[in-house]
Amino acid sequence: MMSLIIFLGVALVLAILFMIFRISTLVGIAKGKKEGYVGANNGVHGTLFIIFMVVGLVAFFWYSYAHFDEYTLPIASEHGKETDKLFWITMAVTVIAFAIISIVMFVFIYQYRYNPARKAKFFPDNHILELTWTIIPAIVLAVLIFTGLRTWNEITAPASKDAEVIEIIAQQFAWTARYPSKDKELGKVNYKLIDAVNEFGLDLSDKNSYDDFKSLELHFPVDEEILLKIRAKDVLHSVFLPHFRVKMDAVPGMPTQFKFKATKTTEEMRIETGNPNFNYELACTEICGKGHFSMRMPVIVEDRESYDRWKASQEAWLKQNPDYLKNVPAQLKEAAMIKAGLQKDPGAGVAAVTE
Amino acid sequence: MATTDIHIHQDVHHHDDHGHEHDEHHEGNFWTTYIFSLDHKIIAKQFLITGIFWALLGGTLSVIFRLQLGFPDMNLDWLKPVLGEWITPEGKLDPEFYLALVTMHGTIMVFFVLTAGLSGTFSNFLIPLQIGARDMASGFMNMLSYWFFFLSSVVMFVSLFLETGPAGGGWTIYPPLSALPQAIKGSGMGMTLWLVAMALFIVSSLLGSINYITTVINMRTRGMSFTRMPLTIWAFFFTAIIGILSFPVLFAAALLLIFDRSFGTSFYLSDIYIGGEALAHDGGSPILFQHLFWFLGHPEVYIVLLPALGLSSEIIATNSRKPIFGYKAMIGSMLFIAILSFIVWAHHMFVTGMNPFLGSIFMLLTLIIAVPSAVKIFNYVTTLWKGNIVFTPAMLFSIGLVSFFLTGGITGIFLGNSAIDIQLHDTYFVVAHFHLVMGSASFFGMLAGIYHWFPKMFGRMMNETLGQVHFWITFVGVYLVFFPMHYIGIAGFPRRYYSWTNFETFSGFADLNMLVSVAAILTLAAQFIFLFNFFYSIWRGRLAPLNPWNSNTLEWTTPRKPGHGNWVGEIPSVYRWPYDYSKPGAKEDFIPQHIPFSETPESNLPHENELIKLETSNGEGAIIIEGNKH
Repeated sequence: MMSLIIFLGVALVLAILFMIFRISTLVGIAKGKKEGYVGANNGVHGTLFIIFMVVGLVAFFWYSYAHFDEYTLPIASEHGKETDKLFWITMAVTVIAFAIISIVMFVFIYQYRYNPARKAKFFPDNHILELTWTIIPAIVLAVLIFTGLRTWNEITAPASKDAEVIEIIAQQFAWTARYPSKDKELGKVNYKLIDAVNEFGLDLSDKNSYDDFKSLELHFPVDEEILLKIRAKDVLHSVFLPHFRVKMDAVPGMPTQFKFKATKTTEEMRIETGNPNFNYELACTEICGKGHFSMRMPVIVEDRESYDRWKASQEAWLKQNPDYLKNVPAQLKEAAMIKAGLQKDPGAGVAAVTE
Repeated sequence: MATTDIHIHQDVHHHDDHGHEHDEHHEGNFWTTYIFSLDHKIIAKQFLITGIFWALLGGTLSVIFRLQLGFPDMNLDWLKPVLGEWITPEGKLDPEFYLALVTMHGTIMVFFVLTAGLSGTFSNFLIPLQIGARDMASGFMNMLSYWFFFLSSVVMFVSLFLETGPAGGGWTIYPPLSALPQAIKGSGMGMTLWLVAMALFIVSSLLGSINYITTVINMRTRGMSFTRMPLTIWAFFFTAIIGILSFPVLFAAALLLIFDRSFGTSFYLSDIYIGGEALAHDGGSPILFQHLFWFLGHPEVYIVLLPALGLSSEIIATNSRKPIFGYKAMIGSMLFIAILSFIVWAHHMFVTGMNPFLGSIFMLLTLIIAVPSAVKIFNYVTTLWKGNIVFTPAMLFSIGLVSFFLTGGITGIFLGNSAIDIQLHDTYFVVAHFHLVMGSASFFGMLAGIYHWFPKMFGRMMNETLGQVHFWITFVGVYLVFFPMHYIGIAGFPRRYYSWTNFETFSGFADLNMLVSVAAILTLAAQFIFLFNFFYSIWRGRLAPLNPWNSNTLEWTTPRKPGHGNWVGEIPSVYRWPYDYSKPGAKEDFIPQHIPFSETPESNLPHENELIKLETSNGEGAIIIEGNKH
């Protein structure tokens, strides 16, 4: 039934178009060359442009206003406030320019549609006008550039030393996070050491690697500087945290990073959006293959206390994979066992007993 | 402002040209006339027809993936006869094929339609006709240029039918994805053919560009000084220069990629673990490829756009019955854009991990390019002011171009700002931006050009009313397709996503996506009106008058269907700039370029009366007057 309707609709449209075509051909023949090259319905297009402009601008402003909450994401980071401010300043400037130029253009088009009684104005140039509209955009842009540069420089400035370091590793088609845990230092990695279990390529001769732990969720604390260290194992990927206005490519062979400060926990965001199921997400924004569209990582932002609790509950990678102790140099084995939590620190035990 | 300086050339080559004209007509057989033709007009039509074929294919590919995005639950089994295994047993589009569609749509549209189809058609057709030359500097190279393009087209077309599919890593083919067949199927044979096709394409483009530049510099007719050239020719000239300087860089990038893919080098690859093994590649940088790619890729935007702007300048002036406003400013802004286009490439790479300082520099340079672009828009609007506007289909499409150039250009100010780009990069905001400013604007320029010069190409007129219907559906359709994408992009939806349902953040906008898809289908359907009009009019259209649009430029002084050599008898000399429309005092509202000032005393400006004296020394040699006449 549906396809019949579609078929009939298409047939009707084609018939109408054919009629238009025939009639216009016949009219053309009947008129001959008398009228010159200006069609009889020339003025119609001027009117259509005006209708188009009015309908278009009204739709644009109405939709932008009515659906504002749908197309804007709440901001959850410090620098996001700055970049969004820039975004809206630029929006104001450009929308004003856009509206004025569009209106002026379409009004001219309507107003100066062909009229055989009139002659166009011979107006080849005017230096003052040209200078004006070179200089005004130049000034406006200069202002935008300098505010943009300041923000950009702040965002890309080096992170402070006590920033919370978290590593994000991209691969087809999943994200993994690695946390340095108690020693606050990520252990060295080498892609040649990667295998099915040692996904990080952890270099177990480095003692910083023993307490590193893996997570398939990205947790970080609110109101603290976070330094994401980003790398990729196979092809290009890109870390995108939409609510935090964070985006940085993951490049095989070239670690990248992005520092930012979250301002709202997941809980706070649930209250703000009125959506009890709200979750932050991490998405991939660099084409990486078949599963590009499914590279999602859940993100949880919490206060320091629960973040620490969560961290304490995570097992070191080495503890989960004790087989890899064989790759630890002999003289470091005990330290590795202790750091990974495979055995109690005897020193701590002694201390406890003496207390 | 009238600085006039006069050179009297004892010129040799012009004399030569004018001497041989009667030997130029020779009849060939079908093969030499229509297939391996050396005639610039036939070669232009070859580019045009091939371009139209590619445009249809590229448009169809986009509609297929829009079906997926607009109607994610639709059963696509009915596409099985065409797409075969690419439709999964559940009746869905294969996600890998989706990426291949996106990739091929981009490649086809950017290179095969808007570079070869646009520049190839109109540079070839208009340069000799508008500067008053019998043909291109080298007809043979020109023929080679088309046949390399044809070969490239064949290779690219064949890649569509591979079992592993065509290239699927995005039209920007960033390695390592494009270098490793284990990363995506399309990086196997599909990518190899892509690279071969592009290498051939670059050869074609270079052969063409060298020819265009040589012809413009050396073969202008008497009196056709640079400052009397129509803006179309200026645009083609700049485009060709940009092409010559930037395409070889893409060639280098592609060559290194071929080495990485086939000979185990490590230009772009390093530290890769894929498919259960660590690859031996070491020390390469994927970022290097991006620099090389965008060193072409950004100028490419202007290779696509400048010819369209040139065509529309000519059409808007003619149909407003007014001189183009600020002829010199238009040339100046094109020159400025052409230069800047080489030093803004890294704005595509703000968040690739490139040094942030580099980001600041490129942001600065990028936003500067908005100034000459703004000047162009203001000049178009002022040209319309107090005009006497005739809405031919060509004019409608040119107005559409200006509108898209404005709407799409203005969002460039967001994306060029590195701080704002962090959020918008690789979202639908970018898709909306470049489809409007470069895709649709250039496409409209191409359509405007076809409608305007069809009478000269085929000696017949296209049906005007159908052209106008075609315009309105396409114009509204394009806005309905691309305008909603701004909202989707601000909401953060990433591009090249097969579906968004995996993310809560991107769960909305099913309605807008459906609207976009419906609009895309209607817009594609409207192109069949054009196709019918085009092919019907080639054989059955009304016979064209010699100068159907009352235009000033030289091509309208040729016979209805110019033969080989373009003019019967002597090539007309040029005495004035091409924009003497509605000159005060003139009998008609246009004075073609080949009318001497001595014949128009009633409309001459004071300094033009002085030039009359020089016109009389015609027989001795060409007189080239360079300088500002207005």
